[in-house]
Amino acid sequence: MSPLKLAAIPLLMFGFGFALVPLYDVFCDITGLNGKTGRIEAAEIDASQVDTSRTIEVRFLANTNTGLPWDFQPLVKKMEIHPGQVYEAVFRVRSASDRTTLGQAVPSVSPGLAAEHFNKTECFCFTEQELAGRETLDMPVRFVVGTGISDNIEQITLSYTFFSLDKG
Amino acid sequence: MIFNKLSRRFLVVVTGLVSMFSMSAARAEYELNMTQGVTPISQDIYSLHMLVFWICVVIGVVVFGAMAWSILHHRKSKGAVAANFHESTTIEIVWTVVPLLILIGIAIPATGTLLDLEDAKTNADITLQVTGIQWKWKYTYVDEDVSFISSLAQSSRDVMSDPTGNENYLLEVDEPVVLPINKKIRFLFHSSDVIHAWWVPELAVKQDSVPGFINDSWATIEEPGIYRGQCAELCGKDHGFMPIVVNAVSEAEYEQWLVSKKEEAAAAAASAEQEWSMKDLLARGETVYQANCSACHGPTGAGIPGAFPAMTGSPLVLGDAAGHIDVVVNGKAGTAMAAFKGQLNDVDLAAVVTYERNALGNSVGDMVQPSAIKNAR
Amino acid sequence: MYTETTHDAAHGEHHDHGPAKGLMRWVTTTNHKDIGTLYLWLAFIMLLYGGSMAMIIRLELFQPGLQWVEPHFFNQMTTMHGLVMVFGAIMPAFVGLANWLVPIMIGAPDMALPRMNNWSFWILPFAFTMLASTTFMEGGAPAFGWTFYAPLSTTFAPDTTDFFIFAVHLMGISSVMGAINIIATILNMRAPGMTLMKMPLFVWTWLITAYLLIAVMPVLAGAVTMMLTDRHFGTSFFDAAGGGDPVMFQHVFWFFGHPEVYIMILPAFGVISAIIPTFARKPLFGYSSMVYATASIAILSFMVWAHHMFTVGMPVAGELYFMYATILISVPTGVKVFNWVTTMWKGSMTFETPMLWALGFIVMFTIGGFSGLMLGVAPVDTQYHDTYFVVAHFHYVLVTGALYSIIAAFYYWVPKWTGHMYDEKLGKIHFWWSTIAVNVLFFPQHFVGLAGMPRRIPDYSLQFAEFNAISSIGGFAFGLAQVFFLYIVIKTIRGGEKATAQVWEGATGLEFEQLPSPPPYHSFTEAPPVR
Repeated sequence: MSPLKLAAIPLLMFGFGFALVPLYDVFCDITGLNGKTGRIEAAEIDASQVDTSRTIEVRFLANTNTGLPWDFQPLVKKMEIHPGQVYEAVFRVRSASDRTTLGQAVPSVSPGLAAEHFNKTECFCFTEQELAGRETLDMPVRFVVGTGISDNIEQITLSYTFFSLDKG
Repeated sequence: MIFNKLSRRFLVVVTGLVSMFSMSAARAEYELNMTQGVTPISQDIYSLHMLVFWICVVIGVVVFGAMAWSILHHRKSKGAVAANFHESTTIEIVWTVVPLLILIGIAIPATGTLLDLEDAKTNADITLQVTGIQWKWKYTYVDEDVSFISSLAQSSRDVMSDPTGNENYLLEVDEPVVLPINKKIRFLFHSSDVIHAWWVPELAVKQDSVPGFINDSWATIEEPGIYRGQCAELCGKDHGFMPIVVNAVSEAEYEQWLVSKKEEAAAAAASAEQEWSMKDLLARGETVYQANCSACHGPTGAGIPGAFPAMTGSPLVLGDAAGHIDVVVNGKAGTAMAAFKGQLNDVDLAAVVTYERNALGNSVGDMVQPSAIKNAR
Repeated sequence: MYTETTHDAAHGEHHDHGPAKGLMRWVTTTNHKDIGTLYLWLAFIMLLYGGSMAMIIRLELFQPGLQWVEPHFFNQMTTMHGLVMVFGAIMPAFVGLANWLVPIMIGAPDMALPRMNNWSFWILPFAFTMLASTTFMEGGAPAFGWTFYAPLSTTFAPDTTDFFIFAVHLMGISSVMGAINIIATILNMRAPGMTLMKMPLFVWTWLITAYLLIAVMPVLAGAVTMMLTDRHFGTSFFDAAGGGDPVMFQHVFWFFGHPEVYIMILPAFGVISAIIPTFARKPLFGYSSMVYATASIAILSFMVWAHHMFTVGMPVAGELYFMYATILISVPTGVKVFNWVTTMWKGSMTFETPMLWALGFIVMFTIGGFSGLMLGVAPVDTQYHDTYFVVAHFHYVLVTGALYSIIAAFYYWVPKWTGHMYDEKLGKIHFWWSTIAVNVLFFPQHFVGLAGMPRRIPDYSLQFAEFNAISSIGGFAFGLAQVFFLYIVIKTIRGGEKATAQVWEGATGLEFEQLPSPPPYHSFTEAPPVR
């Protein structure tokens, strides 16, 4: 094998290192590896599919990370839900600063195996959120837990963490 | 001749090892093996560990035995003449298949234990959120509105130059986490800065706490007692100094403890309503500073150049009080500066800001009252 | 390329002209033997540098309490010790052995790309100078572990991390160039008759290792590049705030890191497979199964990376897969050990120094393999992960495994390289001294790990005190033994009993059968006959 052909391998593998990033996301979508949740359109939900024989406890957690002067809480701490039905949970965020601040929420679902069946029709995640000084805002999440979820899961945790986007 | 020398050396090594073992066995505090722990899972893990260990011992005896045999008997000095075989398909198939079968024998119980370990089937009785913070743990009983910080006890900090005789050195905290026995406890792990790992060997719980993500694990403690652990993932300078203490008690004692924690929180809220004097703020501020800030910013406020900024002469500290409060209360994104709003109460925060402004070589002259902190949360 | 490298053969009448004189000989050399020597010396210097950091670590851990260094400096020591030993000592030592041995084992006049060879070596001293210089900068050397997990190494790291990133890039470029050179040499420059399945196993293991290198070093380069852009150019590959994932860093890192482990051990298998048959006076048992075992270990190494991450919160299906794949590796590894033992069986063994080191390798590498099997069992790894049990495991594999094979290789081939026999008595003292010390050093670490001592901590509770003290004593003794080794190396280079061409009674292979000791500066300018 000529050295030039060999040199192509490291170049390809360097590219592959970066390709691991989207590949990892695809892998996570399939397996729920990192607890990232799915998102579906409201129209896709089939109301007849509700499985009332099963009850799952969904718990809500809210965290703020460093640098963000926000108080962030779920209005209800937990809900009993049936797979297939759409529910709404509200999170309240309040700025304790006098200036305008910017944050962004990152969701996470645990256990990982539940994440692939945890779908949100409305969500405030991954979008920049601006709060004026001392503003309070209620943010709804509408979600449905797929009926295909494993029988081994009776308890799910949905967590949001707000990260600061303020530069400086 | 060589053989005699060899065997003598071997004997020395063996007796050395044996005396090491026996001296260890003689004193209980020398632990040689993994703990059996106090949860059903920890017992399973211990049995699995011993199973794999003994399989390794048996394989080791066979392989090293064959090696020792040929070293002793097939040596040139004993007149051994080399055979010339160098291939045998049968024997190579045998020693591929037999290890495979042994591995299957390990994989079956391991799979069972792993499935139990990852169980999310039954609802937990208690949910405890554990947040890793450089370099302490925050515990939140999510259904009880009880939340506190647990960090290395002062008794350990005081004796670092010579800890001789300090029982539970580095394994003692100021505020242990209290849990009832015979209840299923679900732990939810989260981090506010870097990756930490919460590990208590007796509970067989070791899980990373990752910023932005939630991890979970569970335990049912069967024996009351005090169980100690440590952070298991390198998380910066004081990684070795963020212990965990779990105090497992009866359910009644647990309920009692919850009540007292809530009373404590109410009392702290009441004291935040008062006006504080400069003298009281400075005295309290010094304690808070040494416990929470000095690890990075230094006991005298000198910091660590290039890593952690100095307090003495810091433009932020010497500047407007509101900016100073903002950084202490909310932390600074993208740096190691944590948000202390979730860690300290209004009085402590007011005291430490006042202390930083008027001690450690600074003299701004103003005072920060707890009410100013409350306004900034 | 072939024509260029064999140009010395073209004017063969003065083919044995010696090296240039003075310092410039070493700076400008394109001779595989010179470059091999340079690599080996660099590796030795780095071994002593990384070792001195290990001495500081063991000194601080000698007794509980903080007596000698600050925790932040301690973290710099553990990090730099790991980086220097992996990238500075073990890997260059094997590249040095490959440079010296591959051409003379396959009957080639030199490496395929001699000028690039010079460059791949001379990048390294600069890379390591840059890395080491961070110790004296504001902010200090890297302190986030040799695995540099984000976000500790990105958002929370000092400015000196950029020097670390650049140094890793340089090491990667050097390794990739070295690996391309080795593959090109093995595939294109074998003497007529030297078919692939006639090559010595050292050449085979290096061929496979070189493919691993060019496949995974660029992934490491990608990981540090992502770190760099996260730190300075506003990307968020590993930052949850921007939609990234810190756990993904671990996946990318270990996608490099696990094959890297085999990069450091496969050439060792080659060395041991050369030494055991020589001193057992019996051909290697199962040559072809050794080749296949090496290849399957290399392939499996790409599929097991997440067994380093059993506690990050993977779904149970992932943990099951990585557990099964991991313990499966013990099958081909076991085949190798069984083959070596069977090679000894019914042999006619003698126990010169290289054989002692090789036997030490087999025993202690197998112990490391056993703890590796234990670590691979995912539920139990909950208790082992990030404890001293892991530290004991990888030091058994890398010190009594990789390093022992390098020292064995030195004693085995140094008479060939220099024409002088080493001092047999000193070599044996070196072996027994090192072997006792290294077990006193690392064996107790199994116990403290099982008893609950996490790794990478500068101080510990009193229950771990006795074993840590024992371990430190073993550490100092082992460190001193390697200074003694330095004396043996210099003594052997400067003189000693004259070595014969075959050196060892049972030695086979082109380097022992067709070349004098020492070989001429330009050897095999005409292809040797291959049996």
